[in-house]
Amino acid sequence: MQYRTGTDAFLHGIRTLMPLTPGVIPFGLVTGVMAIEMGMSPGTAMGMTLLFYSGSAQMVALQLLHNGVLPVAIVVTALIINLRFIMYSASLAPHLHHLPRRWTWPLSYLLSDQSFALYSLRLSAGQPDRFGHYFYAGTAIGMWLTWQLSVLAGVFLGASIPESWSLSFAIPLSFLALLVPNLRSAASLGAAAAGGLIAVLAIDMPYNLGLVMASTGGVLAGLLIERFRRSTVNTMDADDAERETP
Amino acid sequence: MSDLALWGLFVAVGVGTFVMRLSFVELYGRWRIPEVLDRALRYVPASVLAALVLPAVVYPNGHSEFVLGNPQIPAAVVAAWVAWKTRNTILTLAVGMGALWAFKFMGS
Repeated sequence: MQYRTGTDAFLHGIRTLMPLTPGVIPFGLVTGVMAIEMGMSPGTAMGMTLLFYSGSAQMVALQLLHNGVLPVAIVVTALIINLRFIMYSASLAPHLHHLPRRWTWPLSYLLSDQSFALYSLRLSAGQPDRFGHYFYAGTAIGMWLTWQLSVLAGVFLGASIPESWSLSFAIPLSFLALLVPNLRSAASLGAAAAGGLIAVLAIDMPYNLGLVMASTGGVLAGLLIERFRRSTVNTMDADDAERETP
Repeated sequence: MSDLALWGLFVAVGVGTFVMRLSFVELYGRWRIPEVLDRALRYVPASVLAALVLPAVVYPNGHSEFVLGNPQIPAAVVAAWVAWKTRNTILTLAVGMGALWAFKFMGS
């Protein structure tokens, strides 16, 4: 579809985002509830949400604050979790770099897994698209509003949720919900297995070093399996090889 | 932690994340992402997420103390199965919490 105006493209971006919001809202609610349960004021919780604008990094930071981990280790861990944005940035750069900074800076702040996925799917359709960045802006702003409002709702619900509901279990659960559907190759399965196992064994390491070790170990395992499979794949027939690559 | 340290932490993560999001959009054409790093980055979500989930499920108290009859373990297995089958975040959360409450109820 070609857009006649920027507004058309922007509104189409918002409409395209809509089906993804049911997956985002519970995650936002839980984040808001957690922040309040940890004793943060609503202002502090929302300040954190605005500055981070990254659900998984924020959840992890909350968990680590709760465990009393050293602040420097929390910053490093949150940034490690967000390293994927470098990859997204590299992938979107050819389509956004020509815009002036009043576009690229806000659009970069608004980059999320969801808007990246939607925009790159649209780009992979391949046609030149004069108003493509308006479409991206629509998905990105829609996502931002969904996230901020659902965390805000969680912040105000927070105090009214009793301890016996074990709502803190919702955090590992929501990570699990993000993790499991993405384990579609032997290499990512190996990365997850190694990461999880090292983290369980290294739980008593100080300053959350266990998580850093586990993440590094997981990535190495993924790379090794990928290399191993690539060398065995060469000896198999091409059909199988194609199915194995994610 | 003091309020100042807390806000310092938020700003550090916020600025760092913004710089990563902007990185290649700003520097496009000046340098390319090395191929090994590009491949390594693809395994970051799987290994980090698993490293967060497993200890949180196995050790409900946050340290290396294995709790006998920990209801989080069967609940997580049920939730993982739902996530694998449906790829649905809400359903995974709902079934996982429901399973936790059910296993807790049966255990007590």
